[in-house]
Parts: sequence; C-alpha cells; structure tokens
Amino acid sequence: MILAEIEETRFGRALRSIAGPLLAIVLALGAGALLVLALGSNPVEVYGRLLDAIFGSAYGFGQVLFKATTLIGTGLSVAVAFRAGLFNIGAEGQMVLAGLVSASFATLLGDTWPAVVAAPLVLLVAAMTGALWATIPAVLRAYLGVHEVINTIMLNFVAFALASWILVEKLALFESVHTAEIPLAARLPRLEGFVPAFRGAPLNLALAVQLLLCVACFLALWRTRWGYEVRATGLSETAARSAGIPVRRRMVQAMAVSGALAGMSAANFVQGYKYYFEEGFSAEAGFKGIAVALLGGTHPLGIVPAALFFGALDRGGFVINALVPKEFVDILQAMVILLVIVVAGRTAFARRSGRAARRHAQEA
Amino acid sequence: MEALQFTSLLVAATLRISVPYVFAAVGGFYSERAGVINIALEGMLLCGGFACVAVAHAAEGAGMGGAAAAWLGVAAAVASGAGLGALHALVCVRFGANQIVSGLGINLFAAGLTKLLLSLLFGSSANSARIGGIPNLEIPGLADWSLTRVLFCTPLVWLAILVVVVSHRVARRSVFGLRLHAVGENPEAARSLGVSVLRMRWTGVLLSGGIAALGGAWLALEQHQFTAGMSSGRGFIALAALVFGKWTPRGAAVACLLFGCAEALQIQLQAGSFGIPAQFLQMLPYVVTMIALAGVIGRSRAPAALGQPLQP
Repeated sequence: MILAEIEETRFGRALRSIAGPLLAIVLALGAGALLVLALGSNPVEVYGRLLDAIFGSAYGFGQVLFKATTLIGTGLSVAVAFRAGLFNIGAEGQMVLAGLVSASFATLLGDTWPAVVAAPLVLLVAAMTGALWATIPAVLRAYLGVHEVINTIMLNFVAFALASWILVEKLALFESVHTAEIPLAARLPRLEGFVPAFRGAPLNLALAVQLLLCVACFLALWRTRWGYEVRATGLSETAARSAGIPVRRRMVQAMAVSGALAGMSAANFVQGYKYYFEEGFSAEAGFKGIAVALLGGTHPLGIVPAALFFGALDRGGFVINALVPKEFVDILQAMVILLVIVVAGRTAFARRSGRAARRHAQEA
Repeated sequence: MEALQFTSLLVAATLRISVPYVFAAVGGFYSERAGVINIALEGMLLCGGFACVAVAHAAEGAGMGGAAAAWLGVAAAVASGAGLGALHALVCVRFGANQIVSGLGINLFAAGLTKLLLSLLFGSSANSARIGGIPNLEIPGLADWSLTRVLFCTPLVWLAILVVVVSHRVARRSVFGLRLHAVGENPEAARSLGVSVLRMRWTGVLLSGGIAALGGAWLALEQHQFTAGMSSGRGFIALAALVFGKWTPRGAAVACLLFGCAEALQIQLQAGSFGIPAQFLQMLPYVVTMIALAGVIGRSRAPAALGQPLQP
C-alpha cells in the first residue's frame, strides 16, 4: 500500500495520520449518501443543508463551536486514558456527576467571591468530582485486575441514578428538572461579548479553557517524564514495569486526569450556557468523546478538528430533520467510528499489532 | 403463606428478568471464547427487538395470526442479530480492528438505525405499534401458579434453557466447541493444526449475534411493542455475567440468574416501598455486578487471545 511506503519520515507519519481519518470521513459520507438515496431523499440537498447550517452564518458556526467545546473535553478525556492503555467509557457518568456537584457548589459559594476566583474554583470542583469517580474503576483495574471497560459502564448507570436521586430529592427547583441558577461570579462569559458575529450562539470562555487543556495535555504527555511513563505503560505494561515505572500508580493517575477532563467538560453547559444542572444536559457527549478521541488519533491536537467534525454533525441533525430523520446523523457518526478503526486504526490503535508486525516482517 | 407467595413471585420474576441476560450472555460466550470481545451485545439486543416487532407487525398486517407472526419475528430477530455480528466480524476479524471500539460503534449504529426505522415505519421516535406476541401454553395445573407458569408454559423460556444446555455440551464435548476454545486461547497453535482461525471467529461472532438477538425478541414480545433504547444496558450486564461465569455458558447463566434476582428484588422492594429511594434500587444490579467482578477476578481467566486480532 502507498500509505505504508510513505510512513517512515516524520512528515510522512503526519500525513498518514491525517489521511486515514479523512478517508474514513469520505467513505462514511459516501455510505451516508447511499442511505439518503435509499430513504428517498437527495443526498446533495441533505449535505448542502448540512454545510449551510455549519458555514452559512457566524451564528451557525458559533453553535458548532459550542457543541465542539464539550466534545474536545470528553475526547481529550478518553484520549489521555487511552494513552495509558485504559478505555474510559465512563466519561459520560463522570461528566454528569461533575456537572451536578459543581453546580451545587457554585450555588453554595454564592456571590461572596469575585469571578476570577469563583469561576476557576467551580471548574476545579468539577475536575475533582470527575477524577474521584474515575479513580474507582482505575483502582479496581490496577490493583484487582478487573477490566475497566465493564466497570466504567456500570459506574455510568450508578452515576445517572445517583445524580437523578440527588436532583429530585434535594436540589431541583419546584416542578422542574434542574437546579437553581448558579451565581454570576461562577459563570463563564459568553464570547458574543467579544465577537459580535456570534450573537445568539451560546459559545463561551469554556472553548478557550478546553483549547488550553489540549495544549497542556500535549505537553504533559510528550514533554514530561510523567507523560513518558504513562505512554510507556499504555504501550506495554510489562515492558514499562521492567523499566522500573510504577505502572499501577501511572494507570490510576492517568485515569484520574481523564476523569478530571471529563468533569471539566460539564463547564461548557453548567458555567457557560444554562447556568444550572439539568438531567440529560450531557447529550451523550461522554460517549461521543470516544469517537472524537479515535478520529483525532488519540492525540490532543488531533482532537480539536475531530471535535469540530462531530460538533458539526450534532448541529446538522437539527437542520436536516425535514429531509431525513435526524437519527441519520447518529448512523453517520457510527459509520465514521467503524471506518476510522478499519482505515486509520493502524496508526493509533493497532500500533502493537498491525504496523509493528509489518515492520518486523520487513526487517526480517 | 405470605412468605411463600413472596418467594414464588420473586423466583418467577427472577426467571423472566434473566431471560434476555441469558440469551445475551450465552451469545457473548460464542464470540469471546473465539477471542473476539463483544461489547456489541447491547446493540444486538436492540436490533433483535426491533426486527422482531417490525416483522411480526408486518406479518400481522398480511393477515397472519398473532403467534405465528411473533415466531416469524423471532426468526427475523436472529437474522438481524447475525447481521450485526457479521458487521462486527467484518470490522475486527476481517480487518483486525480494535474490538472494543467496533462494539461501541455497532451499538451506536444499532441505536441510530432502530430509531430511524422506528420513525419511518411507525411514525414515532418513541415506540412501535403493538403486536400480539407468543401466548403462554395453557397446561392445566401448571398455568395457575406464577412460578410454574414462567418455567413450564413459556416457549421462549424453554428456548433459553435449551440454548444454555446445548451450548454447555457444545463447549465441552463437540469438536466445534473445542476448536472455538483453541482459537480463543492460542490462535497460532490452532492454525498450525489446520483449524481455520478466521472461519471459527466468524462463526463465533455470527452465532453470538443470532443468540443475543433472541434476548431482544423476548424484551419486545414481553412488552408487545418496541420502545427506543429498550435494551437499556442489559447487554453490558450480560457481558459482566459472562466474566463472572468464567466464560462458560452454564456459569454465565447462573450469573445472569444472580443479577436477575438482584433486579427482581429491586422491583419487589419498590412495590413494598420500604422507604428506600427508587434510584438506589436502580443502582443495585450495577453495584452487585461490580462487587461480584471484583470478588471473582483472579479465579476467572479470560481466553488468552481475547481482543487480539490474528496476525496475517
């Protein structure tokens, strides 16, 4: 294959890691077009509307960026855990609990502190909640050997039930399914105040926070000793252990960071959009984070464009509903996931199997 | 007398609740024994439920009787589950892609597809039209008591028991079962003995989908309709039951009964309202699952090649 031949240079590797996801997207859109035809609609019209909804106006693009903001956070969360060799399918539950706890903390805090202190403090509480919840499956995995996939899924259900109980019994306003609004000091400012073109879109400072977190994660994973040890653990637990790396501790730490990132993803909604916690606010962003992480090659910098793509599809679901049922977008997202692991999976996921084996065969 | 009544109801409820878990877990057995992780059980349940209702409804519309239409629906469920299994096998057996991600993608695909078809066929994004379902057998003496009614008069319960018993024998005694085991433990060794690893894995995953989808058909037939997302995490619990049951059909079935009992207890307690919030009872099966897994691990060993694609 051509892709395999241009692999060895640094530029070639970068090109290859972009080519895979792009090819997956193109194939998925092609398959989607066939599905649209089968549903009796015109693919050109459907995709035209999709593009128009995304790029047609600054407002629409603002909406896409708003949706992408949450997905950057959850995608980053899944990616960091994955680098340590762990699957965090629990980002959804971590995010939901963090949203609830941070919203109630903000209400308790009141307006006593200035915004520069209060807003970051609430964000920190969200991060800590997510980190704590993620630590449970991490410890069970690292010290008891229970696979984290099942436990993170189970903890999602527990988190939903717990959040529902706390909300209904303790916090919800009368005859509503959301908490009281958080005080002004805890809110993140809207970007429409700085860029008037985004007027009406709920885009807020959480976007900047998430972009900073991306850079921070990149630096932490690739420019520190800690990050090196985390990645080594993810690549080969046994090799890392024999190199003297405290494998279990790195696993738990990486998962805690992952949970913290999932927790902070809640800020886009809770601190930046509605200013309260409500049931279902996450809109499955935690699960979509898995797809975002994959499409982005589980690399902090690849996650931003991947989140934009999935954010655009999320936004697109609303506008194409007149032509084809909006679930078409869900199917499109599923096809992207399946195709990306088939087409591009060799760069990020099958590192150990596919590429290593080929290289080994070439050398031999 | 009251205690007897309570116990009888509890056991009957446990059996009914366990049926979809059993189908899904035994389905998972065939895939995971062959070395392919199957997170897609959830989507297979969902797809099976929808196919069952869609075909049964169409057959009823064509003038077929309720029970015959329902059985046709069950067959359609098996086919749809095997179809999803084929997709899973294509992605991670043929192309050797990551099995966990493939399963998650298929779950998303199944959720989207069933909702899309729901709105196309039934004009609703929440639930389908009602179907007749498979009536219980009217056996005198047995049909009167809730426990014996579930156990002896419900055809799909027989099928569930049959699937467990047959799978148990297949796993232990048949050439196919031993090859499946070999392929999941050491594919290279199996290949060197002339076993086609890819074909065994394909077969395992297809069987997995077909059997798991029966659980979806059960759910849909119990409620006489399909509702969006009606599998509600059962596929994942079945997966946990498979781990808890040490990747054997019989062990998995026992684990399913245990989880089913936890859930039945939850419903019974809720009806009795002992002052425990409903949400805490909802957590029960998941917490039980986690504790069970933490306790059993070490004694439960996964197939050695689980999750690893075959090197070409």
